[in-house]
Amino acid sequence: MKSLKELEEIRNKTQESVYLRKDRAGGVRVVVGMATCGIAAGARPVLLKFLEEVKKRDIRDVTVTQTGCIGVCRLEPMVEVYLPNQEKVTYVNMTEDKVSRIVSDHIVNGQPVMKYTIGVDG
Amino acid sequence: MEELSLHILDIVQNSISAMAKIVSIAVMEDDRNDRLTVVVEDNGRGMSAETVKRVLDPFYTTRTTRKVGLGLPLLGAVAEACGGSVVINSELGKGTSVRASFALSHIDRPPLGSMVDTMVTLIVCNPDIDFFYEHSTPRGKFEFDTRLVRREVPDIPLGEPDVLQWIRSYISEGLNEISGGA
Repeated sequence: MKSLKELEEIRNKTQESVYLRKDRAGGVRVVVGMATCGIAAGARPVLLKFLEEVKKRDIRDVTVTQTGCIGVCRLEPMVEVYLPNQEKVTYVNMTEDKVSRIVSDHIVNGQPVMKYTIGVDG
Repeated sequence: MEELSLHILDIVQNSISAMAKIVSIAVMEDDRNDRLTVVVEDNGRGMSAETVKRVLDPFYTTRTTRKVGLGLPLLGAVAEACGGSVVINSELGKGTSVRASFALSHIDRPPLGSMVDTMVTLIVCNPDIDFFYEHSTPRGKFEFDTRLVRREVPDIPLGEPDVLQWIRSYISEGLNEISGGA
């Protein structure tokens, strides 16, 4: 059984990297639409897949968060990706399968996956 | 929605919009009385009695971007189709509670689904809100409180991957021990 004590070890191990991260301004933001439409269309597994990929690749300064209805419910799940000094990219009809490609091409290498974006896939 | 845990994730969004700082989520599986009850309670801004009357109406929403609000109506429809109901209590300035009940054995009742995924999603997306989750089944009771986690790691955000991983394991192990099959 997990115990609260284990958190202490995590604390010692993590503290340093947390401070490191705070010093680096302007990280990547991944924003998932979490209104009723998004959730019903499958936003939860998409969001969790982003967390998993980011952890697996040990990518620093990526924040995964939520917003309400992005406005085009029929294209949910929708995800907005903000890279520092770049225009926002909106991905639509998101699935778990699309996530790893977006993480590797866009978040790591700065190249948005155009075919998954609004206007192309919408 | 395919899982009740997704409805819970959705209903808690209302608490978040209402600026709640603490949200408690209770799931009770009572096979003796054939009831599955879910209660979401928050200390957000609350609603007036008139508003409470309207929130189960799909054509009522506080949003200005469009004219429908389907979260509570969908939950209400599912509960009623499964021998249950949704009851909302709210007080302006105090908070709101939403209590949904279902006949546990009803053939149309959606499975509870992954409460772990719902809790992890809520915690990662709302680092400033505290969540209290309790779940009881005939086999026992499990409780999880983000405030206890914060006390152990006061200087680390709960969304930190290692902390989140611990939370995920803690909840899934706890739920496994009391698993009641809903």
